[in-house]
Amino acid sequence: MQLTEKHKEYWQKNLRMTGFLLAVWFIVTFVIAYFARDLQTVTFIGFPIPFYMAAQGSLAIYVAIIWYYAHYMNKLDQEYGVHEGDE
Amino acid sequence: MATQSQSQFFSQLKRYYSFYTGGFIAFVIIVAILEQMGVPNKILGYIFLAATVLLYAGIGFMSRTADVSEYYVAGRRVPALFNGMATGADWMSAASFIGMAGTLYLSGYDGLAFVLGWTGGYCLVALLLAPYLRKFGQFTIPDFLGARYGGNIPRSIGVFAAILCSFTYVIAQIYGVGLITSRFTGLEFSIGVFVGLGGILVCSFLGGMRAVTWTQVAQYIILIVAYMIPVVWLSVKHTGNPVPQVAYGYVLEKVTAREKVLNDPTTPEGAKEAEVRAIFKTRQEGAEAKLKALETGGAAYLAEEKGKLEKVAADLKAKPDADPAAVAAADKAVTDFPADAAAAKAAWTKAAAGAKAKTAPIAAHAEPFAGKDQAAIDKKRKNFLALVLCLMVGTAALPHILMRYYTTPSVKEARKSVFWSLFFIFLLYFTAPALAVLAKFDVYTLLVGSSFSELPSWVASWAAVDKTLMSVTDINKDGIVQLAEITIGGDLIVLATPEIAGLPYVITGLVAAGGLAAALSTADGLLLTIANALSHDVYYKMINPHAATTRRLAISKGLLLVVAVFAAYVTSLKPGDILFLVGAAFSLAASGFFPALALGVFWKRANKWGAIVGMSAGLGTCMYYMYMTYPFFGVNAPLWWDINPISAGIFGMPVGILGVIVGSMLTAAPSKEIQDMVDHVRYPSLENDIDTKAA
Repeated sequence: MQLTEKHKEYWQKNLRMTGFLLAVWFIVTFVIAYFARDLQTVTFIGFPIPFYMAAQGSLAIYVAIIWYYAHYMNKLDQEYGVHEGDE
Repeated sequence: MATQSQSQFFSQLKRYYSFYTGGFIAFVIIVAILEQMGVPNKILGYIFLAATVLLYAGIGFMSRTADVSEYYVAGRRVPALFNGMATGADWMSAASFIGMAGTLYLSGYDGLAFVLGWTGGYCLVALLLAPYLRKFGQFTIPDFLGARYGGNIPRSIGVFAAILCSFTYVIAQIYGVGLITSRFTGLEFSIGVFVGLGGILVCSFLGGMRAVTWTQVAQYIILIVAYMIPVVWLSVKHTGNPVPQVAYGYVLEKVTAREKVLNDPTTPEGAKEAEVRAIFKTRQEGAEAKLKALETGGAAYLAEEKGKLEKVAADLKAKPDADPAAVAAADKAVTDFPADAAAAKAAWTKAAAGAKAKTAPIAAHAEPFAGKDQAAIDKKRKNFLALVLCLMVGTAALPHILMRYYTTPSVKEARKSVFWSLFFIFLLYFTAPALAVLAKFDVYTLLVGSSFSELPSWVASWAAVDKTLMSVTDINKDGIVQLAEITIGGDLIVLATPEIAGLPYVITGLVAAGGLAAALSTADGLLLTIANALSHDVYYKMINPHAATTRRLAISKGLLLVVAVFAAYVTSLKPGDILFLVGAAFSLAASGFFPALALGVFWKRANKWGAIVGMSAGLGTCMYYMYMTYPFFGVNAPLWWDINPISAGIFGMPVGILGVIVGSMLTAAPSKEIQDMVDHVRYPSLENDIDTKAA
């Protein structure tokens, strides 16, 4: 099995997207929680921001991250011709 | 089935489950009518539990199979949406359904570590593992370790880790099953355990993964309906808005304002709270003084104290006009007096701690990491972040969840399926914080300040059932309920919500059925994981690779039975702290599995020795830290950097990763075949590809 340049490019793109989405995941989880006490005075529809993020906002972003990754990769598979046949 | 295409299968499933949901709603309505006709609550409880357990058994029976691929991975044709629902039910355990809102009620922001950890972990599943495991396409997680790293040692460590974390977790689930059945039907706890176990077994025993999958979809529908109805109702009651997740921001503001009033001794209510806290302070000091006297005086002191009580009782009885209640109380004080020094020490230590907990001012619900000084705040913040990371990485390494992504028809569907999984989990998890705040609002505004002669009916009924869940005592004898006089157990919040919201008993039965569905579905998945690790990985892959299909399935089913009965037996002994068991399972999975799994996909150079060193060192570090610091084991060594034992994975993970890297670099690179296999899992489809798929 020999990988072509195109295959390597596909993997690189996948790694870049994975890294980017993990960075988003890290920020909405750990960075916000780390500064939770400092952000306490900012509010959004009645919630202090850190509470809102930990109870709802970050969760919604996780769902969005996974949806976007599935969408992006399923498209990338087609583009690079590594998609599966219809089963 | 071969003639049926995937899309036909999908629309057929949609039809079945729409009928099912309709049927379930009709069933609830019928039970509601029965209630109006005056059928007693206990009978309604029986109807609910019996009907749902029979339903699961029925689905299990219809899905029975003798085909290996159907038994282990449901034939690999579960559509993304339905696999998402099944994963949701598999994932949400008794702890999520019953315990989560209560934890949030009791610990406010700090409890959100569980909400974040148990959802954010799916990002790691989606980005780092699920699509690659699906492409690999065998039956178990140790399968992947065995193929990727070669040899039986990595596979064996995988089997050990899978059994260790699944078993600690399944005990917590069976415990939940026993608790719910015993509370709602009045059966004995241990009988409840075995009744629930019957339901679990019929399902997984006959049809393996196939039966478990379709039952879990049914269980998800029940549990989400059961969770939502009372919360929506409560939200309408307090805010007029039927979307609790949006509405509770303003309720939270009111709760925060109320906390300030109750904590301020210059307001009339705040003064009453301070008065009750002062009484608890006196009690705490009294108990501590007795402990001190016991230390110096020993048995002599104990005898002297008992003598005083006996004298009080005797004096009372000597009076001609003694109040019989006072006499009884004095006699009770004598009989309840600790028999020896050890019992006295235990009783008084507990009394001092119980009273001390009541002397603190009310913690603000929305305030993160509340503490008296910067050091205390930093310690809480550190533990919060560590716990979130352990729960997330643990999520991405628990075998019963990862296994579910073997069941989708393709890599593409596996990716979508993680999205649906988290979506369905999200529905419950972003509702739990709303429920906690709404319940808190109810308690702070309606219960606090009410008169002891006219307590809300749900308070009285739950206080009568279980004192650890709900108790109110008039400490300062003013006839009015103060917040410090209320003791609430976390599990109460979900269980009592229908009554707090003023809903009929049928909804309480529905909530019980939902909790049972949550516990049963998780137990199903876990037991299957354990039995498969033993039958597939140990027996078929290591002991007898030439075993015939029928023999493999017979062994698997036999082991399932043995493991289930053993787990139920361990549960009936009621071991330690359930929440700790659950947390421990995550830390163990995070340290043992995650490094070898993720690096196996993303780092070609990782080899057999790396995996062996990394997995055993990670697991070893995690277990060592738990053993040394968790009070249950009695060593009580000092904590490392103040990290609580539940987050032991924070040390196990880096050690595991380092172990894989060092072990791999010191030994030769993996063979060409293994490197090819890594490429194989990275691309959904390649020309001239090798095939790792199991039949």
